[in-house]
Amino acid sequence: MFSGFMVNAWEVASIVAVVAGVVGFFTVMRGSAFVAHALPNGSFAGAAGAILIGVSTLLGLGVFALGGALTIGLLGRRGRHDVATALTLVAMLALGALFLSFTVEYAPEVYSLLFGEILGISPNEIAPTAILGALCILAVAVLYRPLMLSSVLPEVGEARGVSSFRMEMLFLAVLALATTMTVPVVGTLLIFSLMIGAPAAARSFTDRPLLAMALSVAIALLIVWIAIAASYKTNYPVGFFVGSGSAVSYAIGRGWAVWRRGRGTAFNASTIVP
Amino acid sequence: MSHFLSPIFAPGFFESEAVQIALAVGALVAVVTGVVGVFTVMRGQSFAGEAFGDLGTAGGSGAYLVGVGTLWGFVLGNVIAAGAMEAIGVQRSRGRDLATGIVLGAGIGLAALFLYLYTSEHSTTGATVTILFGSAFAISSATLPLILLLSAIVLAIALMLYRPLLLSSVNAEMASARGIPVRLVGVLYLFALALAAALAAITIGTILSTALLVGPAASALRLARRPLTALLTAMGIGIGVTWLGIVLAYDSFDWPPAGQGWPVSFFVVTLVFITYLLSGLPEARRRRRAGRTPSAPPVAQPATPS
Repeated sequence: MFSGFMVNAWEVASIVAVVAGVVGFFTVMRGSAFVAHALPNGSFAGAAGAILIGVSTLLGLGVFALGGALTIGLLGRRGRHDVATALTLVAMLALGALFLSFTVEYAPEVYSLLFGEILGISPNEIAPTAILGALCILAVAVLYRPLMLSSVLPEVGEARGVSSFRMEMLFLAVLALATTMTVPVVGTLLIFSLMIGAPAAARSFTDRPLLAMALSVAIALLIVWIAIAASYKTNYPVGFFVGSGSAVSYAIGRGWAVWRRGRGTAFNASTIVP
Repeated sequence: MSHFLSPIFAPGFFESEAVQIALAVGALVAVVTGVVGVFTVMRGQSFAGEAFGDLGTAGGSGAYLVGVGTLWGFVLGNVIAAGAMEAIGVQRSRGRDLATGIVLGAGIGLAALFLYLYTSEHSTTGATVTILFGSAFAISSATLPLILLLSAIVLAIALMLYRPLLLSSVNAEMASARGIPVRLVGVLYLFALALAAALAAITIGTILSTALLVGPAASALRLARRPLTALLTAMGIGIGVTWLGIVLAYDSFDWPPAGQGWPVSFFVVTLVFITYLLSGLPEARRRRRAGRTPSAPPVAQPATPS
């Protein structure tokens, strides 16, 4: 399980989990689950187009993720944000369907783009993933304070000169970057469940932002590691384990929150009523 | 006449049975999704619509696996998903996206598993593309009764709930003050949305079904002032883009590069996107004019909550 090609999988998956945990934390804070779903999903078209004209899939993913992020940001300024996201997503996917129809032979590649092919990662994918991942973390570190302010208290942020629109655009750009690096590894459909499940679970355990972010990274790592091991043992797609692992972690987080609240009120009641 | 129109309608267009079914089902689905879509956009639940589309993938691939019709899979998958979303709290607007996202993620994981099992059993990978991107031309006449039944159910729910749903979508507090069971209405609406998404999925594929659910309705809400006008406009736009998409797809059979036709779904979705962009123009012009003459009275917004 830890030899040869599997070492690449462990390394790359761990990088992906760290980035998903950090970027996903802000995704959950900002309530941007839909965008986090739309960008990776839509950028699938970029990969399909790249395969069609024979350039690197990473380039195709990057161009479409960034283009999608810009379109969502600009369209969402006028009109409803969720509508802008939905329509940008389907427009990109429709292009993907068109690119797919031009060639007939790469159905397996479609499957691995959509659902991930973590076990087939080659050593030369590690360096680009690591560099893009480091860029993502760096961007989040630089933007940390203003981004946090405009996510939690947008009005106060505006008053202090933090433009909500600019923050939204910057955040979308970071999300696009994260998408580009993670999609080839876990697939367009599943990076999103990692980005939502782990941070949402983490936030049920603590209210302190940095601690929650660390916890979110830890949970994401745990999910991915379990998923790889399970996928290696059973031969089932890794995406299945990532998707259900995220849901389970969220369920545990919710259960914990409910249990703690229940205990808290019981405790309060017992102190108030003698 | 037919000679005159032949550049638009390629020969054989109206004679082909596949085209006839596609046109009929397309129009029916456009009506259904137009009605449900207007409420979806008003309630800000595009993400739920998108989630149903994707979860249909799990249902559809499960149906492939056990060998029943994909539409059954879409319907069953979506209804189960609606129950799950309701259970973990889609109704509260706080954390709603999160709940939707978690269900969506788990569902896609299942889809991955089902597709894997199917392809490893049958050693073909065509199912992935067929389910995800669909084709209006591939609807068999055997599924027509089911499509009709589902459409009737959705339209009946919409008709029955029209007033309470409208009120609770615009202002939930006012609705509950008037004694409308907002939660029950929400559940029924979610159920209707699940069925409508299944219908859209059979026409343009699971992951593109959102386009029909959200696009025509969002455009209509930008153009029309009254809810009823918005409903009718959404239906009209939906039928227009679906039919035009079918015509273009039929024409594209001898277009480059492959000579096997461009996907219907591509045309429909592209037309939806263009319509949405164009529908923003009147409002933008109004705003510009209002900006030039500040004394002009404020333009009444359509009945849509922020």
